[in-house]
Formats: sequence, structure tokens, C-alpha cells
Amino acid sequence: MIRFENVGLRYGTESEVLRDISFTLQPGSFHFMTGASGAGKSSLLKLMYLAHRPSRGLITLFGRDMARVTRAELPEMRRQIGVVFQDFALLDHLSALDNVGLPLRMGGTPDADAVAHCTEILRWVGLGNHLHAKPSTLSGGQQQRVAIARSVINRPRLLLADEPTGNVDDGIGMRLLYLFEELHKLGTTVVIATHNEALIRRFDHPRLHLDNGRLHVMPARNAKWG
Amino acid sequence: MALFFGGRPSDLPLARDPSSRFLAWITALMVFLAALALAGAMVVSDMARRWDSGLAGGLTVQIAPLPGAAGAPPLDERVEAALTVLRSAPGVKSATALTASDTARLLEPWLGPEAADPLLPMPRLIDVATDGPVDVAGLTLRLKSAAPGATLDDHAVWLADLRAFTGAVHLAALGVVALIGGAGVMSVVFSVRTGLAIHRNVVELLHLMGATDRYVSRQFETHVAGLSLRGGLAGLALAVAVLGGILHVSSGLRASLLPDLTLAPWQWAALGLVPMAAVLLAMATARWTVLRTLGSLP
Repeated sequence: MIRFENVGLRYGTESEVLRDISFTLQPGSFHFMTGASGAGKSSLLKLMYLAHRPSRGLITLFGRDMARVTRAELPEMRRQIGVVFQDFALLDHLSALDNVGLPLRMGGTPDADAVAHCTEILRWVGLGNHLHAKPSTLSGGQQQRVAIARSVINRPRLLLADEPTGNVDDGIGMRLLYLFEELHKLGTTVVIATHNEALIRRFDHPRLHLDNGRLHVMPARNAKWG
Repeated sequence: MALFFGGRPSDLPLARDPSSRFLAWITALMVFLAALALAGAMVVSDMARRWDSGLAGGLTVQIAPLPGAAGAPPLDERVEAALTVLRSAPGVKSATALTASDTARLLEPWLGPEAADPLLPMPRLIDVATDGPVDVAGLTLRLKSAAPGATLDDHAVWLADLRAFTGAVHLAALGVVALIGGAGVMSVVFSVRTGLAIHRNVVELLHLMGATDRYVSRQFETHVAGLSLRGGLAGLALAVAVLGGILHVSSGLRASLLPDLTLAPWQWAALGLVPMAAVLLAMATARWTVLRTLGSLP
């Protein structure tokens, strides 16, 4: 599914924010990504959702060597990746329903089907009464749930989430994690960047731990002890 | 449910941009000017065609009065002599002398009602229709011999000037339309680039979610098409009103020096296509601008 080999990333002429990153994520795996603020979690996620190209090293995604993937092929690959951004990245002028439907529209799903799917998933995340609400009228937690609904509406092969439970209470957070678990069981590869140790202990998945730009892969049992 | 259907908002909130407002106004102005330029070119073209078809294939003989020439035959005799020469000349189909009142009527726009004054030394004109090549030089010599004071005009100079003038008018109209189109293209480029800069974050987000460049460009194309159509129709309506006013006023002028200023139905229909052309140009420009700009994204 994903393989990083000696990947490094630097922005401009700055020193590398990610150094010698090597790991492999099997299809259908579930990983937490941990690390202190500034350790490089967001940068690693950006490489994984193809927002950046690495400064060095080799990335293989869905069996494709990303160095050989042309720009024209990227949209199709990106549509197979669901991303929950840390700042939600919702479009303020669109309703919750329209925000969630964005990936479907890009993929050419018929409108009627898209509306049905979006309505269903928004109800599932507890926003059935806010289908037409604009993000500015929703609380932080509600916006986050819209962002999560948008990231999974396309049944992505790879789901990446940057602090998806950061703005919701424990009950909602747990419910969202169960949603990710369900997708994982359906075969979606999931990577969740989080600081929430309680969730990490509860769901017992291996960790990708970043420390000052370097990655340490920790198996699930270590996470329990952490 | 309005979502996902006809009333669904664009992914990019382009309608809120300040640049949106000016694009409609600029398109209105440009369509107005382009429609006037095209209408002017069509009127001149029609006028030239009428003159051309009226003059080509014909000759005009003018026989001037000779008040100071003692012993010269009277004007009417010289006209008859000229008609005899003309009717026997190869290539001449018919030769018809205009009456004095016909000549006065032709000159009325320049001289007024006084053109019919018998005291004015008016020349006599003979309208000659041809159906084959005519030896203009030889015929001129024979006319001068038979009817002193006669001159033969084959309209060659006039027709050449007329055709050159028509060509220049067409070229000028084409230049005006090209300039207007160029200004329109620049306006759309500016507007789209502004939109891309304002909504850079949204565009990048759409890209990360898997939007193709064409998906993004279609949003801009739809947006500028709507603005251009609105502005174009307003500009066309204004142009039609102005042209209608001009044509109405020109038709009311008595003894006018102006030729017949009218537009055929197909010409009005052609003017109606100007806003459509503006819309297509705006869409193509928006597409080109967006695709070119997005090409720099990873």
C-alpha cells in the first residue's frame, strides 16, 4: 500500500524536517501517528496525501513509484485518499451536505446518489439536523465531523487524519474512531495522527512515532505500554 | 433540495469577488462597441455593393453646355449625335439620355430645388449599359468628334476608390473588433488570475481532494460565461437601441446626402451573435488561464 524508503523532506533551503523515513504500511492496516508538536507529523501526512514531493528517497503508493507518476495521474490517486485536515478545511460558502459531497462530485457520482450518500453519512456522524448548515454556524466539533464525513464518503483506500478527535468530546471521539475502525475492517488503510493517549491505548494499533524528523515504528503492544 | 442540482453553488465562491462585478460591465461595453463597429462595416459594405453593382457594367456620358463656343450645335443635337455613336458602338447594350428634370433631381441633394432652374447651365447625361467589352478610348474620340463637349466616364477611378474605401472600412472594423477582443481577453485573464489568487487555498484543497485542472477550470468557465452573457446581452441591447435610433433618424432626413442606411434581418441576427462570441471567447480565455496557472501546482 505505502512504502517509504530513505525519504527526506525539506522546505526551501531549510534543514530537513523529515530525515531517512523508511516504513511500509500493508493494505488494510491501522496505524496511529504520534510525536510532539513540530516533530514532522503534518509533513509526513502531506507526503502521504501527495501534497508534496519528497526532497529525496522513494515513495511507493498503491503499487506505483511516485517518482514515475505524472501530474495528470495524480488526481485519480488523490481521490483514493481521504484526508481529515487539522483545520478541517471546509468551504465556508457551502453547506455541510455540499462540503461532504465534494469528493463525489469530482468523481462524477450522479447528484441523486451523492445526496443520498451524504445525507446518510452526515446522519451517522450525528449531523442529520444540520445538512444545510454552513460551517460558520457549526461548532468546532460539528465542523470536524463534517470534515471526517467528507474524508470517508468516497470509501478511500487510504484514510489519513490529522488530530481528528481534537475538538470533540470523548463520546464523539470514540464514535469517530469506531467509524475509522469500520472502514479499516472494510479494507481501508488508516493512519491517524493524534496526541490522545487514551484512544491509542483503547484501540491498540501500531504507532508511527516521529521524533525530531525521524521515524520509529512501534508495534501495537508497545503502544499499550507507552 | 437545492443541493447538487441547478442551484448548487460553485465549489469556488467566485460570485463574491470584486473582479466579478467589473467583468460584466466591461463585457457590456465591449459588445456594444463591437456591435457598432460590425454594423458600421455592414452598412458601408452594403452601400458599396449597391454603388458597385450600379456602376459596374455601365458608362456615363456627360455633355456639357458650351455657352462660349460660337457655332457649336445646340445641346439637344449633340445629345442625339452622341446617342447615335453610342448605339452603334460594339459592347453597348443601351444608351438612354436623362432628361433635364432627371438631372435636376440627381443634383438636388447638392444644389437644392434651384437645381431645376432652367437658367442654370446644366450638363446632359447619358446612361450607357454595356453587355461586353467597350473600347473606351476609341469611343471617347468618336464621341468628342460627334458631340463637342462630351466626356465618357467608365467609373474605373471611382470604383477603384470605392473598393479601396470599402476594404479600408472592413480592415478598420476588423481592427476595432480585434482590439476589443484583445481587451476582453486581458480583462478575463486579469479577473481569473485575481480569482485564483483570492481562492488559492480552496483551489489547492480541491486539488488535494483529487480535482483535475479541468474540474477547476470549468468552475471559472461557468463563472465568466454567466458574467459575459449578462454583460453581453446588456451591451447588445444598448447597441441595438443606438443603431435603431441612427437608422430611424437617417431614414427621416429629406434630400439626404446619406445613402440608404438599413440592416437586413440576417445582419441583425449576426449582431445577435456578438454576445455569444464574447461568451465563447471569455470561456476559452478562462480555461487557458486556469490550466496554465494550475500547471505550476504539484
